[in-house]
Amino acid sequence: MHEEEQFGQLTTKEFRTVSQIRGPLIFVERVSGVAYDEMVEVVDPAGNTRVGRVLEVDNNVAVIQLFLSTEGLDISRTRVRFTGDVTRLNVSHSMLGRILNGLGKPIDGGPAILPEKLEDINGRPLNPAVRIEPSEFIQTGISAIDGLNSLARGQKLPIFSGSGLPGNELAAQIAAQARVISSKGDQDEPFAVVFAAIGITHRESSYFIEQFRSSGALERTVVFLNHADDPTIERIITPRAALTAAEYLAYEQGLHVLVIMTDITNYCEALRELSVAREELPARRGYPGYMYSDLASLYERAGRIEGHPGSVTQLILLSMPDDDITHPIPDLTGYITEGQIVLNRLMKQKGTYPPIDVLPSLSRLMNAAIGEGHTREDHRSVADQIYAFYAEGRDLEKLVTIIGEGSLSEQDRRVLEFSKRFEKEYVGQGHSNRTIQETLDLSWDMLSEIPAQYLKRIPEEYIRRYYKK
Amino acid sequence: MQLAFKLGSKVKVMDDLEKQAGKVKRIAGPVVGAVGFNEIRLHDMVLVGEAKLVGEVIRLNADQATIQVYEDTSGLRMDEPIYNTGEPLVAHLGPGLMGQIFDGLQRPLTTLAKKEGGFLGRGISESSLAMGKAWDFTPVVKEGDLVTPGTILGTIPETQSIEHRVMVPQGISGRIVEIKTGSFTLKDHVAIVETKNKKHEKVFMEQSWPVRMARPFHKRLDLTEPLVTGKRVIDLLFPIPKGGSAIIPGGFGTGKTVIQQSLARWSEVDVVVYVGCGERGNEMAEVLNELPKLEDRSSGIPLINRTVLIANTSNMPVAAREASIYMGITIGEYYRDMGYDVLMLADSTSRWGEALREVSSRLEEIPGEEGYPAYLASRLAEFYERAGHVSCLDTVHPADEKSEPKEKQKEEREGSISLVGAVSPPGGDFSDPITQSSMRIAGVFWALDYELSRRRHFPAINWTKSFSLVDLSRWFLEEVSDDYEVMVKETENILGREHELQQVVQLIGQDALSDMEREVLLISRILREDLLQQSAIHDVDAFCPLDKSYWMMKVILHFHEAAQEAMKKGVSLQDLDNAQVLQKIARMKELKLDNAVQRLQYLMSDIDTEVSRLGEKMEKSNA
Repeated sequence: MHEEEQFGQLTTKEFRTVSQIRGPLIFVERVSGVAYDEMVEVVDPAGNTRVGRVLEVDNNVAVIQLFLSTEGLDISRTRVRFTGDVTRLNVSHSMLGRILNGLGKPIDGGPAILPEKLEDINGRPLNPAVRIEPSEFIQTGISAIDGLNSLARGQKLPIFSGSGLPGNELAAQIAAQARVISSKGDQDEPFAVVFAAIGITHRESSYFIEQFRSSGALERTVVFLNHADDPTIERIITPRAALTAAEYLAYEQGLHVLVIMTDITNYCEALRELSVAREELPARRGYPGYMYSDLASLYERAGRIEGHPGSVTQLILLSMPDDDITHPIPDLTGYITEGQIVLNRLMKQKGTYPPIDVLPSLSRLMNAAIGEGHTREDHRSVADQIYAFYAEGRDLEKLVTIIGEGSLSEQDRRVLEFSKRFEKEYVGQGHSNRTIQETLDLSWDMLSEIPAQYLKRIPEEYIRRYYKK
Repeated sequence: MQLAFKLGSKVKVMDDLEKQAGKVKRIAGPVVGAVGFNEIRLHDMVLVGEAKLVGEVIRLNADQATIQVYEDTSGLRMDEPIYNTGEPLVAHLGPGLMGQIFDGLQRPLTTLAKKEGGFLGRGISESSLAMGKAWDFTPVVKEGDLVTPGTILGTIPETQSIEHRVMVPQGISGRIVEIKTGSFTLKDHVAIVETKNKKHEKVFMEQSWPVRMARPFHKRLDLTEPLVTGKRVIDLLFPIPKGGSAIIPGGFGTGKTVIQQSLARWSEVDVVVYVGCGERGNEMAEVLNELPKLEDRSSGIPLINRTVLIANTSNMPVAAREASIYMGITIGEYYRDMGYDVLMLADSTSRWGEALREVSSRLEEIPGEEGYPAYLASRLAEFYERAGHVSCLDTVHPADEKSEPKEKQKEEREGSISLVGAVSPPGGDFSDPITQSSMRIAGVFWALDYELSRRRHFPAINWTKSFSLVDLSRWFLEEVSDDYEVMVKETENILGREHELQQVVQLIGQDALSDMEREVLLISRILREDLLQQSAIHDVDAFCPLDKSYWMMKVILHFHEAAQEAMKKGVSLQDLDNAQVLQKIARMKELKLDNAVQRLQYLMSDIDTEVSRLGEKMEKSNA
């Protein structure tokens, strides 16, 4: 029932023993020598090939997950070819400037990618002992990020967005404005953008591509496109293919790569679909119990490695279903990533752009990337002070709606004023691009409205140096 | 066919492999089913497939064995062989552990990086400890001495701060017939013990121990002494004893890792074992980068010299996460047995629980709550109960009539291992099974709070939800001050009052409060901002010794007392709120440690001076 062919060193086995087709899964019986996670090619009755991988083997039954739909397959005539190797992606420097589908095949009408290397799309775990702690400050031009939640090279930072919130707009703006600021001032390092569109609309993807084109970054960008109308299951592969390309460009070609993945919520839904098809026990809200590990296998592929010049920085977009930050997708993401930028619907309605809610936002790698030699020595304490006042101001705002401004003390009033100005000027900067110096100057401008004795978070020497009065 | 593989120092050679090997019959992620073994026991360590992936037998059913594989099973084929090593998963214990970073299976990550580059390969190719390295061994026993398991044979200067004490391993007792002095590698024996039946047993500087078994000790001792962490909110309000266990639950971004890292840095213990279990790689890089540069406060020796790191980051194989926690605690127990105070930090136990859940679900077990296996709580209990303050083995010799009179009196050796586990509850909701099960076992509970972290109040330990069940008041009474407990009670009291008063303010505004009540709000604010809040990165504030913490608390409460007295005489709250001393109180954190206590005592009298001046001023204006 099966034939063997020699392809170089690889042995390919072909079977016609499909016993069941269920959702994206195919069950093949009476197989032998099948490897876990092996790539398979499924040839349908019309002679077209679709790829998939082995999910499970039990005695002589292999369970295969197709990356495309199972439509048009039948039990008797479908042939399944086991390739003897895991799923790999052709990677090459010439990918830059190309538009590929969610599996990494060109769809821009250009020639095939000439592979310089074939890489396992699952990557391999980085040895934590060779990671370099991310400490190079990336200036995004956005005060709420640079001043309060700084991004470092090699970091993975998600934007928690929601339907109707400008998450993608913000990501595109960051991609266009991001610069590395260091004491050496070396800004001309080779960079690249890898853009993975996961189940987003054509409108959204063309917005991104247009943005890349207008900022001149398109020729340094690799685009992986899986649209909302493309097969769901392909979404499992798209971010992995994109990260494999990014790792190659970073660690083998020495580029500083910014990976933008949008929208991870679609990825998680594909994961759930697959899990349901496998009849696995669900954890929260029907998502599989291993979703944390699965997401980590994507997000942890950011970083810097000793002895390699390049880096992989990830900007991850996800939509919080119903703006719920405790939903499993943002929740598990927040546990893996190094912070999060949270967008707020109320601020959007007030007309603030970018509508970043700084209170739940965080950057875990900020401390190593700011301060003397990176940005400025007062950066950390200024950020802490702004946070303290703004949090207090938000509380006061609530209080005022209940009991009026009458009972506020003088200092309360100043803090309330501060927090309003902060939202309007500091966060609501519109589409302008601010340097970190401008952001810090604005901070001191606002802080100087409050008597110095209340600036408890700022050491006295910085107050003497920067306080404006 | 022969197979040789390294198990720590020993190279184990197995003959007749074909006879002993089983065959792969089922692969589902980290779970592999196999048949065809002649002999196999539960928890035997096996090597799976041609790549020799490390696995452990977790279920036996007739001739079928179910194996949990600690490595990525991609590419593993049906019918590949599985070799049984006949031994359980062990930790290799000996000099050279300190300052190292291992993965959950105790593979030395730095050594592997040099050999394999940036990405991790599979299989065991390096022994955990450097076998070729020579150590200076100085004996403390001599020929003819009687020894039992746990007896210290000699010492090795392992690092600048740790003297490694070579102990007699389990199963060996008798009379020393040879003891060596000088420089040896782990392959050389340092002593020979003649057992009762005249057998000569060689003793090496290294030994191994199955990670799932607690190492034995003589007896448990009471928990009487606090583990000073240098975090004021912990040391003052919710102290953890040496040998106790604590959990830190908190949603993402509430600062679990920052607290764990600062405990690793500043806790007053001899040895720290830090287990990064299913967490971020960049955070491990941060710890690794920082520890060699940070110096111990008292000795000035870089902290890396007392630290063992175990990293099983979130993208490394899931099943090895489960092993990493046990690996960490076994290494910790080994140093406890030498007589050290050990702190083991596990970040995060939720990832360990999730690994348990994943394997359980692949085994198709009937799930308990939230899909976690029904044995989750008992596994957690087993783990947390490995913490303790003990009298080590060897402190008392078994009575043996035939033995000659003891040549010297053994001194009592005590050690402790304290355990701090981070918990990452989904959505920050403490009703999740791991938080709830851990809470029942651990005696200390530091609840992290979203609200506090959002306003950047760190450490974000919520003072109304947290607790410490261990009574250490006697120690504080003897070692710090006799009014210590009163002060702590008063602090808790004011913070509790604030909570009530705030609810009133939320409803009807500050105007509804009396001046005395507003004074409580002022003091509680000072307590929160100037005492409980503490920077993790500030040079001086990052570590606060117990006496400074105590005096800071005392200063604030003294102000409280003085203010209340003054208000009774008619001094306005406004004047007190604007008092100059409050500026100084706000800067107490930054007082350098060498004379902090003295300066704080001066501050007490400054308070008296200023408050009484306010009183005089008021009297004058009245007159």
